Amino acid sequence: MKHYQAFMTAIGMVTLGCVAACAPTAVPPEKTQIVMNEFMFVPMGLNIKAGSTVTWTNKDNEPHTVVSDTGVFRSGAIDTNEQFSFKFDKPGTYHFTCSIHPRMVGTIIVR
Amino acid sequence: MSDDESLKSRRNALKCMAYGGVGTLFTLAGGVFTPIDLAMAAEDKARVAKLGRPLFVQISDSHIGFNKDANPDVNGTLTQTINLVNGMAEQPALIIHTGDITHLSKPAEFDKAQQILSQLRTTELHTVPGEHDTTDASVTEYFNRFGKASANKGYYSFDHAGVHFIALINVLQFKPGGLGTLGAEQLAWAAADLQGRSASTPIVVFAHMPLWTIYEPWGWGTGDADQLMANLRRFGSVTVLNGHIHQIVQKVEGNITFHTARSTSYPQPVAGEGKGPGPLKVPADQLSKMLGITRASIVKHPRSLALIDTTIA
Repeated sequence: MKHYQAFMTAIGMVTLGCVAACAPTAVPPEKTQIVMNEFMFVPMGLNIKAGSTVTWTNKDNEPHTVVSDTGVFRSGAIDTNEQFSFKFDKPGTYHFTCSIHPRMVGTIIVR
Repeated sequence: MSDDESLKSRRNALKCMAYGGVGTLFTLAGGVFTPIDLAMAAEDKARVAKLGRPLFVQISDSHIGFNKDANPDVNGTLTQTINLVNGMAEQPALIIHTGDITHLSKPAEFDKAQQILSQLRTTELHTVPGEHDTTDASVTEYFNRFGKASANKGYYSFDHAGVHFIALINVLQFKPGGLGTLGAEQLAWAAADLQGRSASTPIVVFAHMPLWTIYEPWGWGTGDADQLMANLRRFGSVTVLNGHIHQIVQKVEGNITFHTARSTSYPQPVAGEGKGPGPLKVPADQLSKMLGITRASIVKHPRSLALIDTTIA
């Protein structure tokens, strides 16, 4: 099973590589995924272009939320394997927290 | 008495108490906690008689809507809890639920919880929300159902049988990276509420998150609770009841007794064990021994509260 997964990951990487290499005029793909795993936002920080959408996915066995410190965005409860997305149109620095577990914090810088 | 006889006697005693399991009984006398094993207390009827009529029962952390391995049937364990309370020889005057009634603040979860809680023979129910009940931005779902007592503020007080009860909300103004918060407005209200009351009035304070710091890395505490405690210190009997951590932790500080209740849904790890305060999966036959309630009685002499924790099996 491990080999299979590694193989699929490899295919994914090749596909991703192709997108980047085969379409040089397209906007380079930005990493806009954050997972909630073991009571942490991973990664804790993202640097993205204005207009990008960030998606948070909860991988824990416990619900989390994503709440902007300044009230710009707020998810409801995100249960296991559920997602929340927000499109960042304005440049700036956005700090966010899980309101259920306030030790979980992260920052998104939009340029 | 042989071990067998002792066991049998212990079993009968437990049956007489109409409790299904083991627990610990605490009497509070002159500000000193005396823990007594519940099975022993059941055998010592004279001592139990002194406990008097249960004033209230504390139910906590029902997490209706939770469906993971740690307990696939939270409706069932809440119902078992209610059966336990309904089966008590003397019914408590009121019930306190210390929050996390639901798991995800969903309307259907609140509806189900209310439906199950309506099975209680004691109909006077006082609640405070947990952070799982308030994940919708405006706390609409909780306040629509339980907001009346506090005019949708979340904090309120009332009196019963000479005891002054203060319900507090410490799950809204969380600070990133920090603990629960009461906030300046609520602290000022609580100070005014306590002002002028006789120091001999027994006080019960209840809120979801612990009102003292049990484990800061997991947010098990309330950052500005010290200001509240300063106003409580002059009273002769203060009982602070919380939930949130799904296990019993206690502390006595002067005349203030702090106590967290078991949950009715699933246990959580002890502070700092594992990655975080998530559901703890235990063998199926162990689960109901880790769920339960806290029962409080008035002790006449001295006039204070006794707390008994009971598991549902």
